[in-house]
Amino acid sequence: MSDTAEVKTLVIDGQEVSAVRGQTILEVARENDIQIPTLCHLEGLTDVGACRLCVVEIKGSNKLFPACVTSIYEGMEVSTNSERLQKHRRMILELLFTERNHICSVCVANGHCELQSLAQDLGLTHVRLPYRNPELTIDASHERFTADHNRCILCTRCVRVCAEVEGAHVWDVMGRGINSMIITDLHENWGESTCTRCGKCVQVCPTGALYDKGKIGSDHPKYPDFLPYLNLMREAR
Amino acid sequence: MSKLKLATAWLDGCSGCHMSFLDMDERLLELAEFVDLVYSPLVDLKDFPDQVDITLVEGAVASVDDEAKIKKIRAHTKMLIAIGDCAITGNVPSMRNPIGPEPILDRAYIENATLQPQIPCVVVPKLLKVVRPVHEFVEVDVFLPGCPPSADTFHTALTAIISGEPLDIPALTRFGA
Ligand code: SF4
Ligand code: SF4
Ligand code: SF4
Ligand code: FES
Repeated sequence: MSDTAEVKTLVIDGQEVSAVRGQTILEVARENDIQIPTLCHLEGLTDVGACRLCVVEIKGSNKLFPACVTSIYEGMEVSTNSERLQKHRRMILELLFTERNHICSVCVANGHCELQSLAQDLGLTHVRLPYRNPELTIDASHERFTADHNRCILCTRCVRVCAEVEGAHVWDVMGRGINSMIITDLHENWGESTCTRCGKCVQVCPTGALYDKGKIGSDHPKYPDFLPYLNLMREAR
Repeated sequence: MSKLKLATAWLDGCSGCHMSFLDMDERLLELAEFVDLVYSPLVDLKDFPDQVDITLVEGAVASVDDEAKIKKIRAHTKMLIAIGDCAITGNVPSMRNPIGPEPILDRAYIENATLQPQIPCVVVPKLLKVVRPVHEFVEVDVFLPGCPPSADTFHTALTAIISGEPLDIPALTRFGA
């Protein structure tokens, strides 16, 4: 911490906490063991506020704020778990489930999936909206990995880890809105792309969208914790 | 107290949910003290009875027959429980949705057939364009996800429902469990 750091005090869920200028609500909440659900956020990557699972309420405003990209300020009063927020989070999850094809029982991530666990944590037992059933591709051209677009939630963790940590920037997003797709290079097959075969994207993917061909069946635990560790080691050098 | 009338129904599912229900083993005898099984693939009765207290339904709605069945079941059931991911999300049967029924039937009965390639159209019900979860057709009162929900899930849920106790389903099971 630099000595120009300015300490701020704020209230999260009725608890008085102190923070440093420039920190996000999410960072401060986690430091104080206040759990806010997230999907696109991953420690070690830049935040982009893509999934909106982390929305919180700030006293004095009717709007909802994504905790991962909202900076704290002195005297801020944050509420992270109201009925209203839970309702919105469940709706977001329902939309994610309807948007693509999530067949958990035959998915490699079954039992190790952040989307699935969040649905369970937030008490989702069914989806009230009709499923879209889009026709999507599976890219199995890579020698080691597969990209199954049916399971992608467009969190862009793969894009960010590849660009920011591996430095290869193989992954990107193509299209807009509901037609967005993650692609490798300029929409080349993954197997023919400039992929360095490091596998970081597979480990950070929260769902069964990116997986290791060596892990067959519905048992594909991921280990995204390598990221903060890797960053720490790099800083130490 | 008179016994509750319990039914189980099988739409487009693999019967795995029914197998898991049977996996309650000796606990089924316990349950039998509170319920009479009045209709089920395990009971030799052709028509759904008029008055049923609780119906467990396995499987998605995939054909005109499933649709007619679930509507009839709903009309004659006080509490409808969707069991398993097929009934709740469409699950495995819904994997045909992005492709549509025609190419699937072609693949199964024409492309892969060596003898008399033809799509069956007598006796078998017509497939719906898309496979849908039960609650898109009729109101569902309780959702028990899982593929299949475990015997313990069945036992805990049914015991709570029969005795009118509160039931925390996400604590028991989830999609794909
Ligand atoms: S990615 Fe997760 S939510 Fe989607 S099908 Fe796989 S296990 Fe289920
Ligand atoms: S492939 Fe995985 S990590 Fe990449 S955007 Fe989709 S869900 Fe996120
Ligand atoms: S939910 Fe699973 S076990 Fe139950 S009928 Fe469907 S595929 Fe079979
Ligand atoms: S975690 Fe904040 S928007 Fe996704």
